[in-house]
Amino acid sequence: MNLLIALARLLIFPGVLFAVPFAWLYLWIERKAVAAMQGRIGPPFPQPFWDFVKLLGKSTPPRSGIDGLLMRAWPLIAASSAAGAVGLLPVLPSSGGFQGDLILLLALMELPAICVIAAGFTSRSIFAEIGSAREAVLTVSYNIVFLLAIVSIAASQHTFRLESLAQLPATPLRYLAVIGILLCIPAKLHINPFSLPNAEQEIYAGPLTEYAGPELALWELAHGLEWVAATGLAATLAVPHVGAGWLAALFFVGLSMAIVLLLSVLAAATARIAIDTTVRFYWQCTLIFAVLAVSSALLWRVRS
Amino acid sequence: MTLWNRLMCSARRRSPWLFHMNSGSCNGCDIELVAALTPRYDAEQLGVLLHGSPRHADILCVTGPVTRSSAGPVRTVYDQVCAPKAVVAIGSCPASTNAFIDSRVVVGPLNRHVPVDVFVPGCPPRPDAIVQGIAAAVEILARRGAAAPQAQQPAAHETPPKAQGVRP
Repeated sequence: MNLLIALARLLIFPGVLFAVPFAWLYLWIERKAVAAMQGRIGPPFPQPFWDFVKLLGKSTPPRSGIDGLLMRAWPLIAASSAAGAVGLLPVLPSSGGFQGDLILLLALMELPAICVIAAGFTSRSIFAEIGSAREAVLTVSYNIVFLLAIVSIAASQHTFRLESLAQLPATPLRYLAVIGILLCIPAKLHINPFSLPNAEQEIYAGPLTEYAGPELALWELAHGLEWVAATGLAATLAVPHVGAGWLAALFFVGLSMAIVLLLSVLAAATARIAIDTTVRFYWQCTLIFAVLAVSSALLWRVRS
Repeated sequence: MTLWNRLMCSARRRSPWLFHMNSGSCNGCDIELVAALTPRYDAEQLGVLLHGSPRHADILCVTGPVTRSSAGPVRTVYDQVCAPKAVVAIGSCPASTNAFIDSRVVVGPLNRHVPVDVFVPGCPPRPDAIVQGIAAAVEILARRGAAAPQAQQPAAHETPPKAQGVRP
């Protein structure tokens, strides 16, 4: 991938210039859909944008030393890695890429969760620490399924290159893996029924209890970018590339929005479940999907 | 006013995040505050969100007559809310200690402890009065944010120059 294309992907499409407004849009769609499900009107159109701007103008409590430095660094790392993950998505056909970019994408998608855990422990608030511990357990529980689902697609096609994965024709195995990924996205995004790390009111605001002002704004942005990256990954894997570039982009946006709507409806329809139930759900029920996907991928390899 | 300041001003008007603090209330006003967020009144149309942490909040909503054991926490939570901030006293208790006047465990009213911007009277006030009170506080918040940073916030334990009331 030459440098110019890489920069264009990172900064323009599907990177920062596209991802930031769409992060706000997806957050708004989520809130609006939840409101509609509850029979409310919900927030006005650019609400997450106003929230972001307002948070930029608020003061932050004075923090000094290494704690203050780390507290400022975590949201920055989280937001930039989520933006990088969006930039790596193979949205446009023949947009470049490199061998192993799937592994980089998975690492970048994992980084915000690690930053949240670290941020909770850095802030030294007891509620943040409880939230971080829950986040750590949640990460361990859903990641096995998430990674197995992705590995099954990659193993069946003998490649870790996103570009080649996105161009391959749809097979039943691929849909099995996409269902596995979709089952993990609510936990990745901390929405109901897996909202236990940031359990509102229950443990104040979870790992971000001590955050305020611009740092909180960056966290909100990172969360929105995680929405774009997670739904985008599912969308690019679900539908193989069709036709021209603009058609592929349109398909990507439409499908991502449909997934956002689906997840919001799920969030509005369910209540928060406890940590042991969550772990049991992922390690007992959902693991079947992942094992099925991996075993059929191996069979596929043996046959071909 | 520069473009950025104007943008910030309208952002502050459109995105008030609340933190709810009970300072010994009978729970009547707390239920009405929650009712203001439910489908019938739906305060989220104004961008209102009830947040779990005072650090995230712009507006501190206090209910209750301020009991002796809650006076310290009220001051602590007020200091934890980052500037610019506003305080809304919900119900008659924080305004006048109401039925609990002369009680030896009540050290209210609220404005003896923190500066109050808007009083929403009623026992309990109706949810629409609470929404109106929050809307009035949002205007104060926007004005306070636009003012010079050093004059942004009256110091704690000082009564504000003039508090605004909401007609129930």
